[in-house]
Amino acid sequence: MASKFINVTLKVWRQKNADSKGNIETYQLSKVSTDSSFLEMLDQLNEQLINEKQAPVAFDHDCREGICGSCSLYIDGRAHGPQTQTTTCQLHMRSFNDGDTIYIEPWRSKAFPIIKDLVVDRSAFDRVQQSGGFVSVNTSGNTMDANAIPIPKADADNAFNAATCIGCGACVASCKNSSAMLFVGAKVSQYALLPQGKVEANKRVQNMVRQMDEEGFGNCTNTGACEVECPKGISLENIARMNREFLKSNLTSEK
Amino acid sequence: MSILDSKIPEGPIDQKWTNHKNQMKLVAPNNRPKIDVIVIGTGLAGASAAASLGEMGYNVKSFCFQDSPRRAHSIAAQGGINAAKNYQNDGDSTYRLFYDTIKGGDYRSRESNVYRLAEVSANIIDQCVAQGVPFAREYGGLLDNRSFGGVQVRRTFYAAGQTGQQLLLGAYSALSRQIGLGRVKMYNRHEMMDIVKLDGKARGIIARNLVSGKLERHSAHAVVIASGGYGNVYFLSTNAMGSNVSAAWKIHKKGALFANPCYVQIHPTCIPVHGTNQSKLTLMSESLRNSGRIWVPKKKEDADAIRNGKLKPTQIAEDDRDYYLERRYPAFGNLVPRDVASRAAKERCDEGFGIEANDTNEGVYLDFASEIKSKGKQVAYAQGDHNPNEETSIRLGKKWVEEKYGNLFQMYQQITAENPYETPMKIYPAVHYTMGGVWVDYNLQSTIPGCFVAGEANFSDHGANRLGASALMQGLADGYFVLPYTIANYLSNEIRTGEISTESKEFEKAEMDVAESISKLMNVKGNKSVDHFHKRLGLIMWNKVGMSRSEAGLKSAIEEIKGLRDEFYNDVFIPGESNEMNAELEKALRVADLLELGQLMAVDALNRNESCGGHFREEYQDDEGETLRDDKKFKYVSAWEYKDGEATNSALHKEDLKYEAIKIAERNYK
Repeated sequence: MASKFINVTLKVWRQKNADSKGNIETYQLSKVSTDSSFLEMLDQLNEQLINEKQAPVAFDHDCREGICGSCSLYIDGRAHGPQTQTTTCQLHMRSFNDGDTIYIEPWRSKAFPIIKDLVVDRSAFDRVQQSGGFVSVNTSGNTMDANAIPIPKADADNAFNAATCIGCGACVASCKNSSAMLFVGAKVSQYALLPQGKVEANKRVQNMVRQMDEEGFGNCTNTGACEVECPKGISLENIARMNREFLKSNLTSEK
Repeated sequence: MSILDSKIPEGPIDQKWTNHKNQMKLVAPNNRPKIDVIVIGTGLAGASAAASLGEMGYNVKSFCFQDSPRRAHSIAAQGGINAAKNYQNDGDSTYRLFYDTIKGGDYRSRESNVYRLAEVSANIIDQCVAQGVPFAREYGGLLDNRSFGGVQVRRTFYAAGQTGQQLLLGAYSALSRQIGLGRVKMYNRHEMMDIVKLDGKARGIIARNLVSGKLERHSAHAVVIASGGYGNVYFLSTNAMGSNVSAAWKIHKKGALFANPCYVQIHPTCIPVHGTNQSKLTLMSESLRNSGRIWVPKKKEDADAIRNGKLKPTQIAEDDRDYYLERRYPAFGNLVPRDVASRAAKERCDEGFGIEANDTNEGVYLDFASEIKSKGKQVAYAQGDHNPNEETSIRLGKKWVEEKYGNLFQMYQQITAENPYETPMKIYPAVHYTMGGVWVDYNLQSTIPGCFVAGEANFSDHGANRLGASALMQGLADGYFVLPYTIANYLSNEIRTGEISTESKEFEKAEMDVAESISKLMNVKGNKSVDHFHKRLGLIMWNKVGMSRSEAGLKSAIEEIKGLRDEFYNDVFIPGESNEMNAELEKALRVADLLELGQLMAVDALNRNESCGGHFREEYQDDEGETLRDDKKFKYVSAWEYKDGEATNSALHKEDLKYEAIKIAERNYK
């Protein structure tokens, strides 16, 4: 790979902990390989800061393959940066030019409080999942044969597409209302589309929506920013499906 | 008798597990809430174990270092999960899956464990479908399968290129349900720092809260370690950045034997290294070898010209290409097992035929041009065009490839900025999986009573080489279908124990020791970052304990690692404080353990004077460069007992491997 090197100016949100006030700091970084990923560029910044005996920038990351959903980062005003359907870890520095100034901020949402620098607490997503994002089946060697219930390929494919959500929170960060409806809609949809999930569908959507509201996420006003910024391209249709499921459950649930 | 008692049940191989299940003791439902179990790690093995134990009624405490249990590295598995369902009517059976796994592991795994794995594999698929895991399906609505390396059947279930993600989210949903019901208490952003033993039994852990930096004591009647593998000892690997050996290593230092540390899987198809700032390597799924042909130029001057940018791969004439896998292994061609394919790539690059313009010139081509043309022709024929021109064939062929591998091609292009439809992919082997791990008996219990080890963290099922799509199978088999039974057998003796206090002197000492090791590192206040040392360790490991090992290299690695470790404790610099979120401190604690493990890997590799599976000793190869196994001397599991100080002092215990159901044979892919 023919690599090039560029120099960049970084404006990074620094915040010591949840209780302290944060601010934007400016750093100069030179000789950044255009073959580096965005997070490798941050590694390089941290190596430089450590060598200067300064505190490195904290950020969440793990698999660096675009699948674990750990990485976040609001880059130049966009969740996961300028490329669509790309997580921050898969964004490469060849998307930037020599001399660029890059703004790096954490996800911004009341439901995702900042822990340190660019690290936020996304455990609200876990609690939404715990409220109903499952099929109530215990471990057993005798559920039933996996091929006992044929599932139309289209339903299976749609359920899969909804299930590819990596739980990164870009949808919330991008939404002017900090709504989590794309995330919750995707989970509700995955199960609503499969026969295994239908038994509990009413209860699930009620519980998950209730928990979502309790966590302080905003409502959906159909702006569609979430779909645009979602690194996995989760469709807005999932929100519509969740709304239908919710309405249906209001009409048909036995209280 | 050796301290290794594998506790393999009596009886014919296909009845061992059933008989054992019938005979194991149970814990009555009303007693289970009195019993606490700690589970470390929330990957496939950990999450499935925690969820199942919670469902059964135990009090479970589950720990992960990530911000959510859903992010454990099982999530990154691409290809699929094997199960002996025989849905495709191609003669598959429990026995065949068992046989393929033993042969794939180069006859270095324990028969009884592998048979059980094959036996429960079908249950896993049933369980996952019941949970709503969206596996790929055919138009008739039934589950689809594909084929993987080293086998002659289609037994791999998959969900596009994201099988690990879907299976993990399934296990995570089961775990979430138990958390919601209060049966499992979840500790996100917590790292296990040590195990606590009382009267010789595992009774709890010391954990560090990664947000506050506070040390916490947690007690339990049993501890399950499901913390994954140790591939990150090489710094560059396909592992996640946080993957580490610490939980497994801490129990090793407290008495659990560590088995076969030198068995490492180097995956042949990863994107080559681009430079010194690189942080990790990315896998390109094994499934690509169904359609891609692997080659390097026949002439060194062509390889030079390619590296210098003077020639393009597409300009090399067919006759000037060396399709070395097809040349050396005509029977299996590009679909030889991973260890064989990796070594062959290294051999060509060592000879100067590598094509990548990086520091080491290490890279070979994975070329889809032939497949694009031939598949394009087939598609055209099916559409009624019986004599398509080349342009039509290529156009249709690209479309065929896109349908099959689109997401992988897209990922490759994102990382390398090259279009693999037009120019061959560049690939090179990279560290991917570790077959070695904590020694466990048939019940998955380590040599510490009450400490169980599951998934990649244990050594049990893959011998010296793992077959594709078997890691997911093992993780879920251990967590859903093995541990819940075997741990109950152990816990049946704990119903009268009562709650375990964390105020004992053992807990106090363990916490003090951890605090001391943290302050020792914080107080070095040297000049070099943790990554500096980790990268140097990685280079030693890759060059001397990697794809090819020699006596001289291993001996020098042992010394070099020792020197590096001394330097680490004298010159590492960790900024910040220990009582706050501190990623550098987390890394330093992990690297400290890797600096000890790396040495043991070299010691183990030096002891094993044979070549088998992923372990290749240069001294033990035939005239054609194939592995020479020595069943007379080395048909055993090396289980190492920790002794204070250097790994060179570790004591070797041998578990002889007995093959009763399978005839041990040469592993030939020619």
